[in-house]
Amino acid sequence: MSELFPRKQVMGFVFSLILTIVALMVYFSDMSFSVGMTILLITAFIQAALQLVVFMHAGETGDRGSIYTNLYYAIFIALVTVFGTLLCMIWGYV
Amino acid sequence: MDYFDRFAVPHPSPAIYASMVAIGLTVIAIFAGLTYFKKWGYLWREWLTTVDHKRIGIMYLISALLMLFRGGADAIMMRAQLAAPENTLLDAQHYNEIFTTHGIVMIIFMAMPFIMAFMNFVVPLQIGARDVAFPRLNALSFWLFFMGAMLLNISFVVGGSPDAGWTSYFPLASNEFSESVGTNYYMFALQISGLGTLMTGINMITTILKMRAPGMTLMKMPMFTWSSLVANIIIVFAFPVLTVALLMGTMDRLFATNFFTTANGGMDMLWANFFWVWGHPEVYILILPAFGIYSEIISTFSRRNLYGYKSMVGSMVIISLLSFLVWTHHFFTMGQGALTNSIFSITTMAIAVPTGVKIFNWLFTLWKGKIVITTPMLYSLLFIPIFTIGGVTGVMLGMSAADYQYHNTMFLVAHFHMVIIPGVVFGMLAGLHYYWPKMFGFKLNDKIGKVEAWVISMSTLLAFMPMFFSGLDGQARRMYTYSESTGFGIYNMISMVGAVGLAIGFCLIVYNVYYSTRYASRDVGSDPWNARTLEWATHSPVPEYNFAMTPQVNSLEPFWDAKKRGHELFTGYYEKIHMPNNSGVPFILGCIFFAWGFSFIFGMWIPAIVTTIGIFACMAYRSFENDHGRYISVNEIQKTETSRGA
Ligand code: HEM
Ligand SMILES: [Cu+2]
Repeated sequence: MSELFPRKQVMGFVFSLILTIVALMVYFSDMSFSVGMTILLITAFIQAALQLVVFMHAGETGDRGSIYTNLYYAIFIALVTVFGTLLCMIWGYV
Repeated sequence: MDYFDRFAVPHPSPAIYASMVAIGLTVIAIFAGLTYFKKWGYLWREWLTTVDHKRIGIMYLISALLMLFRGGADAIMMRAQLAAPENTLLDAQHYNEIFTTHGIVMIIFMAMPFIMAFMNFVVPLQIGARDVAFPRLNALSFWLFFMGAMLLNISFVVGGSPDAGWTSYFPLASNEFSESVGTNYYMFALQISGLGTLMTGINMITTILKMRAPGMTLMKMPMFTWSSLVANIIIVFAFPVLTVALLMGTMDRLFATNFFTTANGGMDMLWANFFWVWGHPEVYILILPAFGIYSEIISTFSRRNLYGYKSMVGSMVIISLLSFLVWTHHFFTMGQGALTNSIFSITTMAIAVPTGVKIFNWLFTLWKGKIVITTPMLYSLLFIPIFTIGGVTGVMLGMSAADYQYHNTMFLVAHFHMVIIPGVVFGMLAGLHYYWPKMFGFKLNDKIGKVEAWVISMSTLLAFMPMFFSGLDGQARRMYTYSESTGFGIYNMISMVGAVGLAIGFCLIVYNVYYSTRYASRDVGSDPWNARTLEWATHSPVPEYNFAMTPQVNSLEPFWDAKKRGHELFTGYYEKIHMPNNSGVPFILGCIFFAWGFSFIFGMWIPAIVTTIGIFACMAYRSFENDHGRYISVNEIQKTETSRGA
């Protein structure tokens, strides 16, 4: 019986609900802009990772390798684009 | 009548009226011809609804060649205007429109479909597959690209052409400074065709990763397939940036948002930033498949395997990564400090290293080989030195301190033409001659082909070398005239001669196609070049199922091994083959997208809503459609194979 129960999925579901509630708190409570944004960013990224791994089965097929390579590559390029843009447009702009 | 005023051209000239008449007559002629020869059914069944990767490839090819001539006409007009000082052939506005459409047409609607043509036609054959992974999506990609191209091409007779450069920098591209609908055309034409490109990217990656013949590991893939894989990975990561930037630009123009404005917290330079985050990877999307074609051709006609296979693959992977790290080199002068510029200078120069590795690998392949000079090989040999000029000047531009001198002068214009023409255009023309027999079952004439190659390459030098000098002397790009005392006259006159030479060269290609269609021998067999990879292991022209039996691969050059070492490519017996059905939906969806774009461009909201619903209706139809494809019976395969002399 215990093998049949989708423990991982249920736990994942509960956890993703918690993340959603935490994110919603930002709207309903009174906190500074930067604290709110930090909470939103962190919960958003954890949420995305959770969805990919638990509900979109990223690591569960033979394509595991290419899926994760793809993800890491995407993350790398996204970070470079965002920080490179900040560097050009704001930090490094004289 | 007020309603229809918006479709009038804001800046008419006799040339535009003449084009209107010409377009009208051509359309009438095409319709009349199709009706007279009763070809409507044929066109619909065999081409408009096809999902066959080979036919889609050929349609890309035809579109690319047409657009080459459209862009070429623009080029000749620009060169004619600049050939002499204070010339008055074109006025400033007209000149702006022409250099803008020239850039868009050549990059997005000529070079892109050209590489798509070969990726579509060759990749499934090279990996021994029956088609791409998602044949119907492939058809949709084509029709989105095609409709985007048509949308841009009607702009100059309906409502006005874009005139803010192919880079369309804000704030110039905002409503305030670009009042006509031209820039709306830009936004929607690129958006629609860009969506098609993104879909191709996903389609090709899946095809290459999942559909290779048994035994073909990643490191046994032919070089063109490798280059296509890398190019498509870049597509998937770079095009979303363009999609979003175009969307933001569209919102600014149509719905008065403030992403790229100079007031209300907008940031005009952010457009330039996003444009090049996409734009630099884009130039590598174009060049890598061309490199792949050169690798195939150089190894075939050196009669040996490619030197340094692993380093070729490695350098492409590194290029794909580095191409995302250099975009700021397109706006070194826009105000970043020395530290930021230096960082991007270094990454830019680093790209030259893997590119150089590839050049040396080709040279080493030639060095140990028995060289046979055919037209495709001649193009490839001419590519190496001319491209090197472009690459080296690129490194000069990449030094941010020096770039203050070169930026936005003709020196820059010379650089990118010296990489794109020998790199992409020669590569595609080489591919055209090389794969022509596989596509159509006869060779293009080799004598005419060699004349083409020489005329085109020498004219390229003639047209673009003088720009390095006039650029260093201070001639700015995108200026419609200059005074006599600048002394630029002579350089521009030489360029004009080169441009005419290029036009003659391209006409020679057309003549070659005509001549060879009439006179060339149809008896060239399936392997006219004595080649090495799988695409040559099936008949020419290729039957719709590609291979009667799935090929077995155990090395990098399975077909060569089959010819020389007795490797058994095809073992077993015929089995029925599952094929996808044709479908009209991609074409219809493409047409709706055209109407959708058109409605938005002119702010006609009711048709915009109707077409949006139409788009979703087509997608819903597809979701509920029950189509399991069809089977080609063993009998039919046998018949086809014997009729082709198997
Ligand atoms: C060796 C590698 C290369 C280097 C170091 C390089 C460097 C550069 C730099 C620094 C610029 C900007 C200069 C300026 O605006 O002042 C530039 C512009 C450009 N490059 Fe390259 N490049 C290289 C290869 C290529 C290739 C292979 C292509 C295309 C196939 C290409 C296409 C272009 C285009 C289209 C532009 C100008 C676009 C515009 O402003 O309209 N480059 N390049
Ligand atoms: Cu660049």
